[in-house]
Amino acid sequence: MSAMRRVTAICNGTVIDHIPAGHALQVIKMLRIDTNRSNPVSLVMNVPSDKMGRKDLLKIEDLELNQEELDRLALISPNASVAIIRNYGVAEKRVVELAEELVNVARCTFSNCITQNPREPLPHKLVLYSRDPIEVRCYYCGKRQDLDDIIDNLI
Amino acid sequence: MSDVVTMDDLSNEEIMSILEDSARLVPVAKGEVHLPLLEGKVLANMFYENSTRTRMSFETAMKRLGGSVLNFSSIGTSVAKGETLFDTMQMVEGYADIAVIRHPRQGAAQYSADAIDIPILNAGDGAGNHPTQTMLDLFTIMEAHGTIEGLNVVLVGDLRYGRTVHSLSHALIRFGAELTLVSPEILMMPDEIVKDLRASGASISESTNLASAIPDADVIYMTRIQKERFPDEDEYAKVAGIYMLGAKDMDDAKDGMIVMHPLPRVSELHPSLDSTVNARYFQQAFNGVPTRMALLCRSLGVEIPKEVKK
Repeated sequence: MSAMRRVTAICNGTVIDHIPAGHALQVIKMLRIDTNRSNPVSLVMNVPSDKMGRKDLLKIEDLELNQEELDRLALISPNASVAIIRNYGVAEKRVVELAEELVNVARCTFSNCITQNPREPLPHKLVLYSRDPIEVRCYYCGKRQDLDDIIDNLI
Repeated sequence: MSDVVTMDDLSNEEIMSILEDSARLVPVAKGEVHLPLLEGKVLANMFYENSTRTRMSFETAMKRLGGSVLNFSSIGTSVAKGETLFDTMQMVEGYADIAVIRHPRQGAAQYSADAIDIPILNAGDGAGNHPTQTMLDLFTIMEAHGTIEGLNVVLVGDLRYGRTVHSLSHALIRFGAELTLVSPEILMMPDEIVKDLRASGASISESTNLASAIPDADVIYMTRIQKERFPDEDEYAKVAGIYMLGAKDMDDAKDGMIVMHPLPRVSELHPSLDSTVNARYFQQAFNGVPTRMALLCRSLGVEIPKEVKK
Protein backbone atom coordinates (compact mmCIF):
# COMPACT_ATOMS: atom_id res chain seq x y z
CA MET A 1 0.00 0.00 0.00
CA SER A 2 3.02 2.22 0.83
CA ALA A 3 2.99 5.23 -1.51
CA MET A 4 -0.71 5.77 -1.78
CA ARG A 5 -3.02 5.66 1.20
CA ARG A 6 -6.16 3.73 0.41
CA VAL A 7 -7.96 4.97 3.48
CA THR A 8 -7.40 8.22 5.24
CA ALA A 9 -5.68 8.38 8.63
CA ILE A 10 -8.03 8.42 11.60
CA CYS A 11 -7.91 10.91 14.45
CA ASN A 12 -8.97 8.62 17.31
CA GLY A 13 -9.81 4.94 17.40
CA THR A 14 -8.40 1.50 16.72
CA VAL A 15 -6.49 0.14 13.74
CA ILE A 16 -6.32 -3.62 13.26
CA ASP A 17 -3.67 -4.64 10.75
CA HIS A 18 -2.48 -7.99 9.41
CA ILE A 19 -5.86 -9.68 9.36
CA PRO A 20 -5.72 -12.76 7.11
CA ALA A 21 -7.00 -11.78 3.64
CA GLY A 22 -10.77 -12.05 3.34
CA HIS A 23 -11.45 -12.24 7.08
CA ALA A 24 -12.16 -8.58 7.86
CA LEU A 25 -15.93 -9.04 7.80
CA GLN A 26 -15.66 -11.88 10.26
CA VAL A 27 -13.53 -9.70 12.50
CA ILE A 28 -16.19 -6.99 12.41
CA LYS A 29 -18.79 -9.54 13.38
CA MET A 30 -16.66 -10.99 16.12
CA LEU A 31 -16.02 -7.60 17.65
CA ARG A 32 -19.74 -6.87 17.42
CA ILE A 33 -19.16 -3.57 15.69
CA ASP A 34 -21.59 -4.45 12.92
CA THR A 35 -24.75 -3.67 14.87
CA ASN A 36 -26.10 -0.81 16.94
CA ARG A 37 -23.12 1.43 16.37
CA SER A 38 -22.55 4.61 14.46
CA ASN A 39 -18.75 4.69 14.49
CA PRO A 40 -17.28 5.09 11.02
CA VAL A 41 -15.45 1.90 10.05
CA SER A 42 -13.08 1.61 7.08
CA LEU A 43 -12.45 -1.81 5.72
CA VAL A 44 -9.62 -2.69 3.36
CA MET A 45 -9.51 -6.13 1.83
CA ASN A 46 -6.93 -8.15 -0.06
CA VAL A 47 -4.22 -5.52 -0.18
CA PRO A 48 -0.63 -6.61 -0.86
CA SER A 49 1.48 -7.25 2.23
CA ASP A 50 5.18 -8.06 2.53
CA LYS A 51 4.57 -10.31 5.48
CA MET A 52 1.40 -12.08 4.41
CA GLY A 53 1.13 -11.77 0.64
CA ARG A 54 -2.37 -10.34 1.01
CA LYS A 55 -4.06 -8.98 4.06
CA ASP A 56 -7.11 -7.15 5.36
CA LEU A 57 -7.11 -4.03 7.49
CA LEU A 58 -9.71 -2.28 9.65
CA LYS A 59 -9.87 1.25 10.97
CA ILE A 60 -12.53 1.88 13.58
CA GLU A 61 -13.02 5.49 14.51
CA ASP A 62 -13.78 6.79 17.99
CA LEU A 63 -13.63 3.41 19.62
CA GLU A 64 -10.80 1.98 21.68
CA LEU A 65 -11.20 -1.76 21.86
CA ASN A 66 -10.38 -3.26 25.21
CA GLN A 67 -8.22 -6.31 25.73
CA GLU A 68 -11.13 -8.71 26.26
CA GLU A 69 -12.64 -7.68 22.95
CA LEU A 70 -9.31 -7.99 21.21
CA ASP A 71 -8.66 -11.44 22.59
CA ARG A 72 -11.72 -12.74 20.76
CA LEU A 73 -9.95 -11.75 17.58
CA ALA A 74 -7.24 -14.27 18.21
CA LEU A 75 -9.60 -17.07 17.21
CA ILE A 76 -9.46 -16.05 13.55
CA SER A 77 -6.61 -13.61 13.41
CA PRO A 78 -3.95 -14.57 15.96
CA ASN A 79 -1.23 -12.47 14.34
CA ALA A 80 -3.17 -9.26 13.95
CA SER A 81 -1.42 -6.12 15.10
CA VAL A 82 -3.52 -3.55 16.87
CA ALA A 83 -2.81 0.11 17.42
CA ILE A 84 -4.84 2.51 19.53
CA ILE A 85 -4.81 5.89 17.82
CA ARG A 86 -5.14 9.17 19.67
CA ASN A 87 -4.83 12.49 17.92
CA TYR A 88 -3.50 10.88 14.70
CA GLY A 89 -0.66 9.16 16.52
CA VAL A 90 -0.16 5.62 17.78
CA ALA A 91 -0.83 5.90 21.50
CA GLU A 92 -0.61 2.21 22.34
CA LYS A 93 0.21 -1.06 20.63
CA ARG A 94 -1.78 -4.03 21.75
CA VAL A 95 -0.99 -7.70 21.43
CA VAL A 96 -3.76 -10.11 20.62
CA GLU A 97 -3.66 -13.14 22.82
CA LEU A 98 -6.07 -16.00 22.97
CA ALA A 99 -7.34 -16.58 26.49
CA GLU A 100 -7.27 -20.06 28.04
CA GLU A 101 -11.02 -19.92 28.47
CA LEU A 102 -13.69 -18.15 26.41
CA VAL A 103 -16.72 -17.56 28.60
CA ASN A 104 -19.96 -16.57 26.87
CA VAL A 105 -18.13 -15.65 23.67
CA ALA A 106 -19.60 -18.37 21.48
CA ARG A 107 -21.91 -21.36 21.77
CA CYS A 108 -20.66 -24.90 21.28
CA THR A 109 -21.39 -25.90 17.69
CA PHE A 110 -22.16 -29.56 18.47
CA SER A 111 -25.86 -30.25 18.02
CA ASN A 112 -26.03 -32.74 20.91
CA CYS A 113 -24.22 -30.64 23.51
CA ILE A 114 -26.07 -30.00 26.79
CA THR A 115 -25.65 -26.25 26.21
CA GLN A 116 -27.91 -26.42 23.14
CA ASN A 117 -30.95 -26.01 25.40
CA PRO A 118 -31.31 -22.22 25.49
CA ARG A 119 -32.95 -22.36 28.91
CA GLU A 120 -29.95 -23.96 30.61
CA PRO A 121 -28.50 -21.07 32.63
CA LEU A 122 -24.79 -21.87 33.05
CA PRO A 123 -22.36 -19.86 30.89
CA HIS A 124 -21.13 -21.13 27.53
CA LYS A 125 -17.48 -22.03 27.85
CA LEU A 126 -14.89 -22.92 25.27
CA VAL A 127 -11.39 -23.86 26.34
CA LEU A 128 -8.12 -23.53 24.48
CA TYR A 129 -6.69 -26.97 23.83
CA SER A 130 -3.75 -25.98 21.64
CA ARG A 131 -2.31 -22.63 20.57
CA ASP A 132 -0.53 -23.66 17.41
CA PRO A 133 -2.50 -24.67 15.49
CA ILE A 134 -5.42 -23.11 17.35
CA GLU A 135 -7.71 -25.75 18.71
CA VAL A 136 -10.69 -24.89 20.85
CA ARG A 137 -12.98 -27.40 22.55
CA CYS A 138 -16.26 -27.11 24.41
CA TYR A 139 -15.65 -27.21 28.16
CA TYR A 140 -18.73 -29.35 28.76
CA CYS A 141 -18.93 -31.85 25.90
CA GLY A 142 -15.28 -31.75 24.82
CA LYS A 143 -16.05 -31.42 21.10
CA ARG A 144 -13.47 -29.80 18.90
CA GLN A 145 -14.86 -26.54 17.46
CA ASP A 146 -14.62 -25.58 13.83
CA LEU A 147 -13.30 -22.02 13.88
CA ASP A 148 -15.41 -20.98 10.89
CA ASP A 149 -18.54 -22.16 12.69
CA ILE A 150 -17.66 -20.22 15.83
CA ILE A 151 -18.25 -16.98 13.94
CA ASP A 152 -21.84 -18.06 13.32
CA ASN A 153 -22.29 -19.04 16.95
CA LEU A 154 -21.15 -15.88 18.65
CA ILE A 155 -23.28 -14.82 21.57
CA MET B 1 -12.05 -32.74 42.89
CA SER B 2 -14.31 -35.60 43.77
CA ASP B 3 -16.27 -35.64 40.50
CA VAL B 4 -15.47 -38.26 37.88
CA VAL B 5 -16.61 -36.95 34.51
CA THR B 6 -13.87 -38.31 32.24
CA MET B 7 -10.91 -40.62 32.81
CA ASP B 8 -8.75 -37.49 32.69
CA ASP B 9 -10.11 -36.64 36.16
CA LEU B 10 -8.06 -39.53 37.51
CA SER B 11 -4.26 -39.80 37.49
CA ASN B 12 -2.60 -43.14 36.78
CA GLU B 13 -1.74 -43.48 40.48
CA GLU B 14 -5.34 -42.77 41.47
CA ILE B 15 -6.63 -45.32 38.96
CA MET B 16 -4.30 -47.98 40.37
CA SER B 17 -5.26 -47.17 43.93
CA ILE B 18 -8.98 -47.35 43.07
CA LEU B 19 -8.40 -50.73 41.39
CA GLU B 20 -6.60 -51.99 44.53
CA ASP B 21 -9.48 -50.75 46.69
CA SER B 22 -11.92 -52.50 44.35
CA ALA B 23 -10.07 -55.80 44.75
CA ARG B 24 -10.38 -55.60 48.54
CA LEU B 25 -14.09 -54.84 48.23
CA VAL B 26 -14.95 -57.96 46.21
CA PRO B 27 -16.20 -59.96 49.25
CA VAL B 28 -18.35 -56.98 50.24
CA ALA B 29 -19.70 -56.75 46.70
CA LYS B 30 -20.64 -60.42 46.89
CA GLY B 31 -22.45 -59.91 50.18
CA GLU B 32 -20.01 -62.16 52.08
CA VAL B 33 -18.77 -59.36 54.31
CA HIS B 34 -20.86 -56.66 55.94
CA LEU B 35 -19.06 -53.33 55.66
CA PRO B 36 -21.44 -50.37 56.07
CA LEU B 37 -18.94 -47.66 55.09
CA LEU B 38 -21.63 -45.48 53.52
CA GLU B 39 -24.34 -45.89 56.14
CA GLY B 40 -26.60 -42.84 56.23
CA LYS B 41 -25.46 -41.66 52.81
CA VAL B 42 -27.89 -41.23 49.92
CA LEU B 43 -27.09 -41.78 46.24
CA ALA B 44 -29.26 -40.22 43.53
CA ASN B 45 -29.31 -42.40 40.43
CA MET B 46 -30.19 -39.90 37.68
CA PHE B 47 -30.91 -41.91 34.55
CA TYR B 48 -32.21 -39.89 31.63
CA GLU B 49 -31.54 -42.87 29.37
CA ASN B 50 -32.04 -46.60 29.67
CA SER B 51 -29.54 -48.64 31.55
CA THR B 52 -29.55 -52.08 33.08
CA ARG B 53 -26.10 -52.94 34.34
CA THR B 54 -24.85 -49.48 35.19
CA ARG B 55 -27.90 -48.42 37.17
CA MET B 56 -28.28 -51.74 38.99
CA SER B 57 -24.61 -52.11 39.85
CA PHE B 58 -24.47 -48.59 41.28
CA GLU B 59 -27.55 -49.41 43.32
CA THR B 60 -26.07 -52.68 44.57
CA ALA B 61 -22.74 -50.99 45.32
CA MET B 62 -24.42 -48.31 47.42
CA LYS B 63 -26.70 -50.73 49.26
CA ARG B 64 -23.97 -53.27 50.03
CA LEU B 65 -22.06 -50.43 51.68
CA GLY B 66 -25.06 -49.58 53.84
CA GLY B 67 -26.21 -46.51 51.90
CA SER B 68 -29.54 -45.86 50.26
CA VAL B 69 -30.54 -44.98 46.72
CA LEU B 70 -33.02 -42.63 45.07
CA ASN B 71 -33.89 -43.80 41.60
CA PHE B 72 -34.88 -41.18 39.10
CA SER B 73 -36.10 -41.63 35.57
CA SER B 74 -36.95 -38.78 33.25
CA ILE B 75 -40.31 -40.31 32.31
CA GLY B 76 -43.26 -39.01 34.25
CA THR B 77 -41.25 -36.48 36.24
CA SER B 78 -40.76 -32.74 36.09
CA VAL B 79 -38.28 -33.28 33.23
CA ALA B 80 -41.23 -34.24 31.04
CA LYS B 81 -42.68 -30.84 31.94
CA GLY B 82 -39.58 -29.13 30.60
CA GLU B 83 -37.42 -28.68 33.68
CA THR B 84 -33.81 -27.79 32.92
CA LEU B 85 -30.98 -30.05 33.99
CA PHE B 86 -29.72 -27.18 36.13
CA ASP B 87 -32.97 -27.00 38.11
CA THR B 88 -33.28 -30.76 38.49
CA MET B 89 -29.76 -30.92 39.87
CA GLN B 90 -30.47 -28.17 42.41
CA MET B 91 -33.20 -30.40 43.77
CA VAL B 92 -30.92 -33.44 43.80
CA GLU B 93 -28.36 -31.53 45.81
CA GLY B 94 -30.97 -31.08 48.49
CA TYR B 95 -31.90 -34.78 48.58
CA ALA B 96 -28.67 -36.71 48.13
CA ASP B 97 -24.98 -36.81 49.06
CA ILE B 98 -23.75 -37.96 45.65
CA ALA B 99 -25.28 -38.32 42.18
CA VAL B 100 -24.71 -40.64 39.25
CA ILE B 101 -25.93 -39.29 35.94
CA ARG B 102 -26.58 -40.78 32.52
CA HIS B 103 -27.92 -38.34 29.95
CA PRO B 104 -28.48 -38.42 26.18
CA ARG B 105 -26.72 -35.08 25.74
CA GLN B 106 -22.96 -34.86 25.69
CA GLY B 107 -21.46 -32.67 28.39
CA ALA B 108 -24.38 -33.22 30.77
CA ALA B 109 -22.18 -34.68 33.51
CA GLN B 110 -19.70 -31.79 33.47
CA TYR B 111 -22.62 -29.39 33.39
CA SER B 112 -24.15 -31.04 36.46
CA ALA B 113 -20.81 -31.02 38.25
CA ASP B 114 -20.63 -27.26 37.68
CA ALA B 115 -24.26 -26.73 38.69
CA ILE B 116 -24.02 -28.25 42.17
CA ASP B 117 -21.48 -29.05 44.88
CA ILE B 118 -22.16 -32.71 45.66
CA PRO B 119 -19.92 -35.17 43.76
CA ILE B 120 -21.05 -36.29 40.30
CA LEU B 121 -20.15 -39.58 38.68
CA ASN B 122 -20.65 -39.73 34.93
CA ALA B 123 -22.45 -42.90 33.83
CA GLY B 124 -22.49 -41.98 30.14
CA ASP B 125 -23.25 -38.70 28.38
CA GLY B 126 -24.43 -39.13 24.80
CA ALA B 127 -21.59 -40.52 22.72
CA GLY B 128 -19.15 -38.97 25.19
CA ASN B 129 -17.55 -40.53 28.25
CA HIS B 130 -18.37 -43.48 30.45
CA PRO B 131 -15.45 -43.59 32.89
CA THR B 132 -16.92 -46.02 35.43
CA GLN B 133 -17.27 -48.59 32.62
CA THR B 134 -13.59 -48.03 31.77
CA MET B 135 -12.66 -48.59 35.42
CA LEU B 136 -14.46 -51.91 35.58
CA ASP B 137 -12.90 -52.94 32.27
CA LEU B 138 -9.42 -52.14 33.57
CA PHE B 139 -10.22 -54.02 36.77
CA THR B 140 -11.29 -57.09 34.79
CA ILE B 141 -8.06 -57.03 32.76
CA MET B 142 -5.92 -56.55 35.88
CA GLU B 143 -7.75 -59.36 37.64
CA ALA B 144 -6.92 -61.77 34.83
CA HIS B 145 -3.39 -60.64 33.91
CA GLY B 146 -2.10 -58.76 36.94
CA THR B 147 -0.91 -55.95 34.69
CA ILE B 148 -1.92 -53.89 31.66
CA GLU B 149 1.52 -53.00 30.36
CA GLY B 150 2.59 -54.90 27.26
CA LEU B 151 -0.73 -56.71 26.81
CA ASN B 152 -2.13 -57.03 23.31
CA VAL B 153 -5.74 -55.91 23.56
CA VAL B 154 -7.91 -56.56 20.50
CA LEU B 155 -10.92 -54.26 20.24
CA VAL B 156 -13.57 -55.67 17.93
CA GLY B 157 -16.77 -54.47 16.26
CA ASP B 158 -18.21 -50.99 16.27
CA LEU B 159 -15.17 -48.85 16.98
CA ARG B 160 -16.68 -45.80 15.34
CA TYR B 161 -19.63 -45.06 17.57
CA GLY B 162 -18.92 -47.08 20.70
CA ARG B 163 -18.11 -44.70 23.54
CA THR B 164 -16.90 -47.63 25.64
CA VAL B 165 -14.02 -48.48 23.31
CA HIS B 166 -12.98 -44.84 22.89
CA SER B 167 -12.37 -44.16 26.55
CA LEU B 168 -11.05 -47.67 27.16
CA SER B 169 -8.44 -47.33 24.43
CA HIS B 170 -7.20 -44.02 25.86
CA ALA B 171 -6.89 -45.62 29.31
CA LEU B 172 -5.14 -48.75 27.99
CA ILE B 173 -2.56 -46.60 26.23
CA ARG B 174 -1.87 -44.70 29.46
CA PHE B 175 -0.81 -47.99 31.00
CA GLY B 176 1.26 -49.19 28.05
CA ALA B 177 -0.99 -51.74 26.36
CA GLU B 178 -0.76 -52.49 22.63
CA LEU B 179 -3.98 -52.16 20.66
CA THR B 180 -5.26 -54.14 17.70
CA LEU B 181 -8.37 -52.59 16.20
CA VAL B 182 -10.64 -54.95 14.27
CA SER B 183 -13.72 -53.54 12.54
CA PRO B 184 -15.45 -53.35 9.16
CA GLU B 185 -14.27 -50.37 7.08
CA ILE B 186 -17.38 -48.30 7.83
CA LEU B 187 -17.07 -48.78 11.58
CA MET B 188 -13.37 -48.04 11.98
CA MET B 189 -12.20 -45.96 14.91
CA PRO B 190 -12.36 -42.24 14.01
CA ASP B 191 -9.06 -40.92 12.59
CA GLU B 192 -9.04 -38.18 15.17
CA ILE B 193 -8.89 -40.70 18.01
CA VAL B 194 -6.34 -42.98 16.33
CA LYS B 195 -4.14 -39.94 15.72
CA ASP B 196 -4.43 -38.87 19.37
CA LEU B 197 -3.55 -42.38 20.52
CA ARG B 198 -0.54 -42.64 18.22
CA ALA B 199 0.61 -39.18 19.29
CA SER B 200 0.91 -40.49 22.83
CA GLY B 201 3.28 -43.15 21.59
CA ALA B 202 0.86 -46.03 21.32
CA SER B 203 1.44 -49.12 19.25
CA ILE B 204 -1.73 -49.64 17.21
CA SER B 205 -2.54 -51.93 14.31
CA GLU B 206 -5.79 -51.93 12.36
CA SER B 207 -7.39 -54.83 10.54
CA THR B 208 -10.72 -56.15 9.32
CA ASN B 209 -9.91 -59.77 10.14
CA LEU B 210 -10.71 -61.12 13.58
CA ALA B 211 -9.45 -64.70 13.07
CA SER B 212 -5.89 -63.57 12.41
CA ALA B 213 -5.87 -61.44 15.56
CA ILE B 214 -6.85 -64.27 17.94
CA PRO B 215 -3.48 -66.10 18.33
CA ASP B 216 -1.60 -63.02 19.60
CA ALA B 217 -4.37 -61.61 21.77
CA ASP B 218 -4.21 -61.34 25.57
CA VAL B 219 -7.64 -59.73 25.67
CA ILE B 220 -10.39 -59.73 23.04
CA TYR B 221 -12.88 -56.95 23.73
CA MET B 222 -15.99 -57.58 21.64
CA THR B 223 -18.69 -54.94 21.09
CA ARG B 224 -22.18 -55.05 19.68
CA ILE B 225 -22.75 -53.54 16.26
CA GLN B 226 -25.52 -51.14 17.07
CA LYS B 227 -28.47 -51.42 14.73
CA GLU B 228 -29.79 -47.98 15.71
CA ARG B 229 -26.67 -46.32 14.21
CA PHE B 230 -27.48 -47.40 10.65
CA PRO B 231 -29.64 -45.34 8.33
CA ASP B 232 -30.99 -48.42 6.54
CA GLU B 233 -31.41 -52.13 7.11
CA ASP B 234 -29.27 -53.18 4.13
CA GLU B 235 -26.18 -51.40 5.41
CA TYR B 236 -26.70 -52.99 8.80
CA ALA B 237 -27.26 -56.44 7.31
CA LYS B 238 -23.90 -56.22 5.50
CA VAL B 239 -21.93 -56.00 8.73
CA ALA B 240 -24.33 -57.41 11.34
CA GLY B 241 -22.93 -60.89 11.76
CA ILE B 242 -19.42 -60.13 10.57
CA TYR B 243 -17.58 -60.95 13.82
CA MET B 244 -18.57 -63.92 15.92
CA LEU B 245 -16.72 -65.87 18.53
CA GLY B 246 -17.58 -69.35 19.72
CA ALA B 247 -15.91 -72.04 21.84
CA LYS B 248 -14.17 -73.46 18.74
CA ASP B 249 -12.31 -70.18 18.11
CA MET B 250 -10.62 -70.52 21.49
CA ASP B 251 -8.45 -73.38 20.16
CA ASP B 252 -6.12 -70.81 18.57
CA ALA B 253 -5.94 -68.61 21.65
CA LYS B 254 -3.00 -68.16 24.01
CA ASP B 255 -3.29 -69.54 27.53
CA GLY B 256 -4.97 -67.01 29.75
CA MET B 257 -6.56 -65.01 26.93
CA ILE B 258 -9.85 -63.48 28.07
CA VAL B 259 -12.92 -62.43 26.11
CA MET B 260 -14.74 -59.32 27.34
CA HIS B 261 -17.93 -57.55 26.23
CA PRO B 262 -19.74 -54.55 27.74
CA LEU B 263 -23.08 -56.35 27.07
CA PRO B 264 -25.81 -56.65 25.92
CA ARG B 265 -24.63 -59.08 23.24
CA VAL B 266 -26.57 -60.02 20.14
CA SER B 267 -24.92 -62.68 18.00
CA GLU B 268 -21.24 -61.77 18.34
CA LEU B 269 -20.65 -64.12 21.27
CA HIS B 270 -22.02 -67.63 20.77
CA PRO B 271 -23.48 -69.20 23.94
CA SER B 272 -20.96 -72.06 23.50
CA LEU B 273 -18.30 -69.57 24.61
CA ASP B 274 -19.93 -68.98 27.99
CA SER B 275 -18.56 -72.15 29.59
CA THR B 276 -14.97 -71.69 28.36
CA VAL B 277 -12.19 -70.46 30.67
CA ASN B 278 -11.78 -67.49 28.35
CA ALA B 279 -15.25 -66.02 28.82
CA ARG B 280 -15.05 -63.11 31.24
CA TYR B 281 -18.06 -60.94 30.31
CA PHE B 282 -20.37 -61.96 33.13
CA GLN B 283 -17.54 -61.57 35.62
CA GLN B 284 -16.90 -58.17 34.00
CA ALA B 285 -20.52 -57.17 34.62
CA PHE B 286 -20.17 -58.20 38.27
CA ASN B 287 -16.94 -56.20 38.53
CA GLY B 288 -19.05 -53.08 38.10
CA VAL B 289 -20.06 -53.52 41.74
CA PRO B 290 -16.66 -53.44 43.54
CA THR B 291 -15.24 -50.75 41.22
CA ARG B 292 -18.29 -48.53 41.69
CA MET B 293 -18.09 -49.12 45.44
CA ALA B 294 -14.52 -47.87 45.40
CA LEU B 295 -15.48 -44.85 43.26
CA LEU B 296 -18.41 -43.96 45.53
CA CYS B 297 -16.14 -44.12 48.59
CA ARG B 298 -13.45 -42.02 46.93
CA SER B 299 -15.91 -39.31 45.89
CA LEU B 300 -17.48 -39.23 49.34
CA GLY B 301 -14.09 -39.06 51.01
CA VAL B 302 -14.57 -42.37 52.83
CA GLU B 303 -11.44 -44.43 53.30
CA ILE B 304 -11.54 -48.16 52.60
CA PRO B 305 -9.84 -50.27 55.29
CA LYS B 306 -6.50 -51.77 54.25
CA GLU B 307 -7.80 -55.15 55.26
CA VAL B 308 -11.34 -56.34 54.69
CA LYS B 309 -11.86 -59.44 56.82
CA LYS B 310 -14.52 -62.06 56.48
